[in-house]
Amino acid sequence: MTMLEGILLTIVTAATPLLFAALGELVAERAGVLNLGVEGMMAVGAVCGFAACNMTGMPLMGALAGIAAGMLAAGLFGVVALFFVANQNATGVALTLFGLGLSALIGDAFVGIPGVAVPRVNIPYLSDLPVVGRLVFGEDPFVYVAIALAIGVWWFLFKTRAGLILRSVGDNHNSAHALGFSVFRTRFLAVLFGGACAGLGGAYLSLVYTPQWTQAMTAGRGWIALALVVFASWLPGRLVIGALLFGAVSILQLHAQAIGVGIPSQFLSMLPYIVTIVALVLISRNRALLSVNTPACLGRPFVPDV
Amino acid sequence: MDGTGGGRRQRPQGTALVEARGITKLFGSFKANDDINLSIRPGEIHALLGENGAGKSTLVKILYGSLQPSEGEILWKGQKVGIPSPSAARRLGIGMVFQHFSLFDALTVTENIALALPDRKSRSALAREIEKVSAEFGLPLNPNSVIVDLSVGERQRVEIVRCLLQNPELLIMDEPTSVLTPQEADDLFLTLDKLTARGCAVLYISHRLEEVKQICHHATILRHGKVVAECDPQKESAAKLASLMVGAEIHALSSEVPVPENTRTRLSIRSLSLPEPHPFAVALHDISLDVRAGEIVGIAGIAGNGQGEFFDAVSGEQLAATATAINIDGKPAGRLGVTARRRLGAAFVPEERIGHGAVPRLRLSDNVLLTRHSTGDQLMRVGVIDFEGTRTLAERVSRSFDVRKASSDPEAGSLSGGNLQKFMVGREIDRQPGVLVVSQPTWGVDAGAAAVIRQALIDLARSGSAVLVISQDLDEIFEISDRVAVMSRGYLSEALPAKSVTREAIGLMMAGLGEGRRSNGEELAHAHHS
Repeated sequence: MTMLEGILLTIVTAATPLLFAALGELVAERAGVLNLGVEGMMAVGAVCGFAACNMTGMPLMGALAGIAAGMLAAGLFGVVALFFVANQNATGVALTLFGLGLSALIGDAFVGIPGVAVPRVNIPYLSDLPVVGRLVFGEDPFVYVAIALAIGVWWFLFKTRAGLILRSVGDNHNSAHALGFSVFRTRFLAVLFGGACAGLGGAYLSLVYTPQWTQAMTAGRGWIALALVVFASWLPGRLVIGALLFGAVSILQLHAQAIGVGIPSQFLSMLPYIVTIVALVLISRNRALLSVNTPACLGRPFVPDV
Repeated sequence: MDGTGGGRRQRPQGTALVEARGITKLFGSFKANDDINLSIRPGEIHALLGENGAGKSTLVKILYGSLQPSEGEILWKGQKVGIPSPSAARRLGIGMVFQHFSLFDALTVTENIALALPDRKSRSALAREIEKVSAEFGLPLNPNSVIVDLSVGERQRVEIVRCLLQNPELLIMDEPTSVLTPQEADDLFLTLDKLTARGCAVLYISHRLEEVKQICHHATILRHGKVVAECDPQKESAAKLASLMVGAEIHALSSEVPVPENTRTRLSIRSLSLPEPHPFAVALHDISLDVRAGEIVGIAGIAGNGQGEFFDAVSGEQLAATATAINIDGKPAGRLGVTARRRLGAAFVPEERIGHGAVPRLRLSDNVLLTRHSTGDQLMRVGVIDFEGTRTLAERVSRSFDVRKASSDPEAGSLSGGNLQKFMVGREIDRQPGVLVVSQPTWGVDAGAAAVIRQALIDLARSGSAVLVISQDLDEIFEISDRVAVMSRGYLSEALPAKSVTREAIGLMMAGLGEGRRSNGEELAHAHHS
């Protein structure tokens, strides 16, 4: 494996958990719900995924446990923020704090235990091609799931009736309600989907990326996922590019540190976040594109008349 | 103007398509609807008349299934039915076109319509069907347009086509012409005639009596939640209908004092241009206008043609590029902020009452201070508020404008829309400003309060102030203005004397034909024919 191949492979692995979490949040936000609890949902997904995989020895069980844990956490958010119409921002931040704390509690027993290796896909001949072989045909299964999910989310949002209803709820919840769609049900399902994706993204961290459990291993990725959704103007295709960009910068700065470029490592570690913020600011300048794609009811509570 | 094909309109015979019996709706202890009976026949246009708060919207929401009645029953073709939801209403054959459109701005015409239809045909098949129906009923539409790019009239067409695709037997229309130009309204009336010719009934909610007289077969009039009269609107005079709605004769406005001639210009706008602040806003193009002492100049135009941007520029919320673009009593004010312009003697009443004109959670006396803190009323002494002074002032405004309130100094948000509007206009007129700029002075205000406000504007002008009124209500413009200008896509036409200009000419200018600024009757006629 060449150096370049190695770098490209790690970029994809760094981008995958972000892509999972951001895709879920994109769907929730398209329905008009701003769930700031992505970081917390990723954390419980990571610890539950690791625990399940550790106990069964099966990475698949780990992934499923991560999804279930993320959905539970999201369900909690949904009940508080949608059913009881609590402030979405405050509820989301509370969910993040709760998720980080809970994951540390559950994960206490699993600190320092090595994870189960997730086998990479291996297609005879194809996976052995130079450079592209490993990159295209030899990733771990999660990467393919993530790409399929991105395509699936795009197809769902823009090609199906259910996706149209979901977007309509995010654009104008009063009109959607007047047409007889259940704003609450649509948003609750979207939030659950967001939780499932965030949980899977968290599980990916503890199953494949590290693979082990350490406290606070999500390291702000949930917040980056939130930023990526805006950066991508709520479009799944752009989300893939954004996740790869963040992944690329975070991997390249590691290599820069290893080579020793004479910049303090703390500054290099900041780089992915700075790049994301700069990208956000630049993209925000295109108001026309933003205003058509921004869900107009994002973060606004919905209470029907009588 | 005759969109009806002329002749007397006979109410069709036959049994009722829909009948509401003894409908009562309680909100807490408030009776929004009180024992209402209503019967609509197939093929008729049935007017539902009433002032704001008379209970029209509540009744319509009950018929459309978005509210449930506390008492009473609904019969559809003689059968007792429950209408638990809007989709149930649509299944019965009831369609509704809302006053504030229920469209999704970010979606296309086809997507918007697909959302309302229960069947799941493909979008391209639906788009073809939309084109067919819109051509059939004279409602041209491009199925692929995004709603945000459409004019208000086009948005209404989307709503109507959306209803028509479901083959409704009853179409409910809530204030359909309030956002249309007179020409667009005539097109709408033709569409309604095509519909009723096929036996579809229309429940037509409006407070525009002339058009009700023109197109409706029958009218039911509500007041305070009760049916006060049923009549044939063609047989009654508009004044009679109005007094039935209000419950008292509305005294006519008087402006007997003629407009003084050759008075000095108090507000002068010179070549005002502004780029659009965001993509959905309108840029202002080379606007010039003089308003002299003693006169009211009315600016007509359909919503969203730059009136909001123009108001912001004149009031100082948005600064002009040069100081001389706006002059108040001869002093350049284009680069001054709102407070500095107030100090020059100008006063401003914005369109949006809550949040822009008044802070809902503050008391009236505090709201007084918000526009009067530095206008020489001595309400502030070295930065300390004179609460006694603000309360006295609020009380004075309330008394002279008949602001009805529950306590002596309530929060602004507890006032009804009409009372708050009277308070806001009164707050500025109380100052006797040299220049008053007011946007939508009687928006959502009942006829009684509107008369009070309009009379106060006329009186202020005749006492020597310059008054600039921006309004979408053509009746209001013609009622109070001495000169009329039209705003269209950020251009302002020349201001013409109100007595010499016809509603048709104004309507054409509203539709965009006044944009050269040099328009006069001749050019308008030319533009119309070419």
